[in-house]
Amino acid sequence: MNAKLTSTLDARLLALADDELILAHRDSEWTGHAPMLEEDIALANLAQDELGHATLWYDILCDLRGQPDEHADQLVYFRDAADWRNAQLLELPIGDWAFTMLRQFLFDQFEWVLLPTLTKSSHVAVAQAAAKVLREEIYHTRHSTAWVRRLGQGTAESHRRMQAALDAQWPLASQLFTPMPGDAALVAAGIWPDMTPLHQQWRAKVSDMLAECDLIAPASLANHDSRANHTQHLAALLADMQSVARLDPQADW
Amino acid sequence: MLTQKEVWQALEQVKDPEIPVINIVEMGIVRDVVIDGAAVTVTMTPTFSGCPALNVMRDDILAQLRTLGVAQPSVNITNAPAWSSDWITPEARAKLNAFGLAPPAIHGGDVNVILFDMPHCPRCGSADVTLKNSFGTTLCRAMYVCNQCREPFEQFKGI
Repeated sequence: MNAKLTSTLDARLLALADDELILAHRDSEWTGHAPMLEEDIALANLAQDELGHATLWYDILCDLRGQPDEHADQLVYFRDAADWRNAQLLELPIGDWAFTMLRQFLFDQFEWVLLPTLTKSSHVAVAQAAAKVLREEIYHTRHSTAWVRRLGQGTAESHRRMQAALDAQWPLASQLFTPMPGDAALVAAGIWPDMTPLHQQWRAKVSDMLAECDLIAPASLANHDSRANHTQHLAALLADMQSVARLDPQADW
Repeated sequence: MLTQKEVWQALEQVKDPEIPVINIVEMGIVRDVVIDGAAVTVTMTPTFSGCPALNVMRDDILAQLRTLGVAQPSVNITNAPAWSSDWITPEARAKLNAFGLAPPAIHGGDVNVILFDMPHCPRCGSADVTLKNSFGTTLCRAMYVCNQCREPFEQFKGI
């Protein structure tokens, strides 16, 4: 693989791994606080799954970089906010239950359109990881879809909360599909899919669900900020998540 | 000189710490054994990618190999091909059921079977069961209740 392809794949893998990791952390914040025991367990499972998926992508990234000292823990615990490449949608605080479930739904649907194409990647490790993750995502999409339907079609209050969550999240969700410099070469090499048609597929699937629930996607402009830009919430999340590891960087876990 | 059979038999002593009634061979997570003089390399694959039992099983495999007298034991972890619950042997399925953990349906990759085939209650055998939660006490379990004997039970999830 030439240097340009390698650097773009590096950026794509880092973005996906960071998305999964930050969502895992937000989901884990519900542990002990979810509105009912079953959901407490479900969110802990979702968090653990996303953490497993993040690890798969970080491992491929570290292999690609080929620096023996670099590994997933280091990337997660010793990088500052400016170096993270997750989409802003995933770093927002957990909000209420509607906010959490809608975010999970929008991200699960993103993975649901991305992963089947990644299983056909010409990069063997990427294709293999995608096949593994896709199977586990079956349970995620069922869960978040059921909750969006339940809250969207539930009471006036649950519908109002879903609409409020949608108003806040919809513009940010576009960032999941924002093109990156060098994408065309990755697409041509069959390594990563073109995100533009995937965005259309995603919008069609999500829109069907929103229509079922009488939820209106806001007309506001899509957010195509660079993934290098973050809200203030990411730094606060990292301060919490990284504090123990940074107390003793040499500790053997 | 160790034989393949001796190594595989030793690996049958290693259990999944989250499901202590079945061993890692009958779960289908041991993929390969290579014996090269004093070195023995076992290739294994995780069930769910975030499974926290993976490192415990890896360490248990290394300990078993050392017990066999292997001077250079090693464990190689692979994600491909992705583990499928279809690889759990019929004997292990019976053990799971006796343990109270309903085995997953054989799905051959069919998402509809994975999501909609209901297990039988491991206690009374009834097919009249209700899914309470796709997620359970470990990544690989879902929670059900039996409408016949009214007992809750868990299922090993199909993937």
